[in-house]
Amino acid sequence: MSDNITINTGHEGTALDQIKAYGSRLKSGEMGALPAIGALILLMILFSALSPYFLTPINFANLFTQAATLMMLSAALVFVIMLGEIDLSAGVTAGTGMAIFVKLHLDGMPWLLAFALAFVFAVAVGWFLGYFVAKVGVPSFVISLALYLALPGVMLIILGDGGILRLEVPEIKAIMNTNLPLWGGWAMLGITIGLTLAMGLWDRARRIKANLPTRPLSILGIKVAGIAVLGGVGVFVLNLPRSLVITNPIQGVPTVIPIALFILFVGTFMLDRTKFGRYMYAVGGNPEAARRAGIKVAKIRITAFIICSVLAMISGVFNVSRIGNVESSAGRAIVLSGVAAAVVGGVSLFGGRGRLVHAAIGAFVIAIIDNGLGLLGMPAGIAYIITGAVLTVAATADALARKRSGGPLVRN
Amino acid sequence: MSTPLIQLSGVKKSFGPVDVLKGVDLKVYPGRVTALVGDNGAGKSTLIKGLAGVQWYDEGSVKFEGEEVSLTTPRISSALGIEVVYQDLALCENLDIVQNMFLGREELQQFTLDESAMEFAAAKALQSLSVRTVKSVRQKVSSLSGGQRQTVAIARSVLRDAKVVILDEPTAALGVAQTEQVLNLVRRLADKGIAVIMISHNLQDVFQVADDIAVLYLGSMVAQLETKKTNHNEIIGYITGLKTQKEKA
Repeated sequence: MSDNITINTGHEGTALDQIKAYGSRLKSGEMGALPAIGALILLMILFSALSPYFLTPINFANLFTQAATLMMLSAALVFVIMLGEIDLSAGVTAGTGMAIFVKLHLDGMPWLLAFALAFVFAVAVGWFLGYFVAKVGVPSFVISLALYLALPGVMLIILGDGGILRLEVPEIKAIMNTNLPLWGGWAMLGITIGLTLAMGLWDRARRIKANLPTRPLSILGIKVAGIAVLGGVGVFVLNLPRSLVITNPIQGVPTVIPIALFILFVGTFMLDRTKFGRYMYAVGGNPEAARRAGIKVAKIRITAFIICSVLAMISGVFNVSRIGNVESSAGRAIVLSGVAAAVVGGVSLFGGRGRLVHAAIGAFVIAIIDNGLGLLGMPAGIAYIITGAVLTVAATADALARKRSGGPLVRN
Repeated sequence: MSTPLIQLSGVKKSFGPVDVLKGVDLKVYPGRVTALVGDNGAGKSTLIKGLAGVQWYDEGSVKFEGEEVSLTTPRISSALGIEVVYQDLALCENLDIVQNMFLGREELQQFTLDESAMEFAAAKALQSLSVRTVKSVRQKVSSLSGGQRQTVAIARSVLRDAKVVILDEPTAALGVAQTEQVLNLVRRLADKGIAVIMISHNLQDVFQVADDIAVLYLGSMVAQLETKKTNHNEIIGYITGLKTQKEKA
C-alpha cells in the first residue's frame, strides 16, 4: 500500500474545476441557501426601485433590528427541525421567560439574577419537550402544541390583569437601541475576516500535514474577499449618520449585530466541527443508523430541544429589548414565521439538512418583505399573503430538489 | 486448517415454545468466506444476532480465537472485532462517505473533529479494498448506487480493524455488475485475513465467492462443507431438508 491517496476527495483540481464541481452539485439539487439568496437580491432590487426610502441608511439599520428577533428564533428552530422535529412553543417559551424576567425584576430582584432565571426556565422547557419526545414518544408537534396553548396562560397569570409590563433594565434595552462606535463596526468586520482566514488556513495546514490534496488558495481568497466586500459595504452604510434629527446623530453598527453574529458563529462551529454536531445530522438523517453506530439518540434529541429553547429565549430578549415591554401574547405569532424563515432559507423539514446561516438568510427574506411592503404603504394583509407565497415556492423547491436527488420524499 | 477464529458448539436459542436454534455448531476461519445458507426461518438471523451481541444464546459455547467468550452486548462483540453489515446498511444518506465510515467513532483533535485524519483513513480503507467506483470520499451517500453503499458499509468494517465481518445478504437487490463488484470486495476482504460470514439466498453468489458453506435447516446445522467438495444439488438438498446429516456420515 502506498502512502498516497489515489481516491478523490473533492479537493482536487484548479479553482475552475472547483467552481465547476460546485455547479454540478447545484444541478443535482444540493442548492442550500442559494434560492433564498436569489430571492433576497431580487426583493432588494424590487423594493429599491419601488420605494425611495428602501435604500436609505436608516432603513438599512431598521431592517437588521427588525430581522434580528426572527433570525434568532429561526436559528433556534433549526436545531429541532434538523432532527425532523418541531417546537411550536419556542415563541411562547421565550415570551414566558421574558415575563418571568421582567416581573421578578420589577418585584425587586437584581436584573442579572432574574435574567438568569429566564434561561433556567428555557432549559427546563427544552428538557421537558425533549423528554416527552425522546423518552415517552409523544410527537413533538403535539407536546409543543400543548405548551403553545398552556404557556400564554402562565404569562397572563404572571403579568396580571393589565397583561403587559414595561422593561426597566437599560442594559437589555441597549441591545436593540444602541450602536457600536464607528471603529467597533470595522473591528467586528476585521475579526470576522481574520477568523475565516485563520480557520481556512488551519484546515489547509492540517490537510497538507495529512498528505491530502488541498483546494487552491484562490478559493479561500474568493470567500474572504466576498465577506470583506459585503461586510465592508454593510459597515460603511451603517456608519453613515442616519438620524432624521440633525441635533441627535445616530450612526454605527447596531449592538445586536455582533451579538447575533457571535451566537451564529458558535452554533455553526458546534454543528460543523464537533461530535455533537455530527451526531445531530446523523440522528436527523437516519436515527436507526445513528443508534447502531452507538450514538445515544435520546440524549441528542433532548439536547437539541434544550438548545432550541435557549436560543429562542435569546430571541425573546431581542424582542423585549426592541419593544420595551412584554405582553401576554408575546411569541405566539412569530414562531410560525420562524419555521417559515428556516424553510425559505433551505432547511428541510424532513430532517438531516440545514445550517444556521440558512435560517438567518430566510429570516432576512421575510423581514424584507415586511419592511418593503410597509414602506410602500401596502396593507399588512398583503405582506402575509406574499410571505405565504414565498414559503410555498421554497417548500416546493425543496421537495423537487429531493425528488431529483432521489432522497426520500417522506420521512421514514 | 488452523484453529477456527470463531467456534460455536451446541448453541441453542428459543423464543417461548419455539426452538429457533437447536444446538448449532459452526467454525469460521480467518481468510475464508463462510457462506451461511438456509431457507427462511432456518435460524440464520438468530445465529447472526447472537454473534453481534444483539441477542444472546440460551445455551452453548462460543470460542473466539480459542477462548471462551460470552457475547452479551454489541459492545463486547465489537471490541473483539466482530462487525455486522446489515441488509438495510444503516448509513446516513445526508452524510458523506467519510462521515458515515467514522460515525460513532470520530477522531478528535482538541475537542473538534479531525477531518483530515478521518478522510485519509477512509480513503486508505477504500483503497486497500481496491475500490475504484466512488467518485470522491466526500460524496454524500444519497448520491451513491446500491453497490457503492454496500461498498461503504463493508469498508467501514475494515476501518474498524474487524477480524470477523458478517454480511447479511450483501447482494440482495443489486444488479448484475454491482453484484460482481460486491462479491469481488467480499473476496478481497477475506484475502486481507478477515473471517467473512456471508448470509445469502443466492447459491450462484455463494459458489462464486465462498470457501465453506454452512447450511442451517430448521435450527440445526445440517452441513458445513468446503465449496470445492460439494455442488449445487447437494446444497439444495440440505437446504430443503431432502438430504440429512446422517446421509453425509
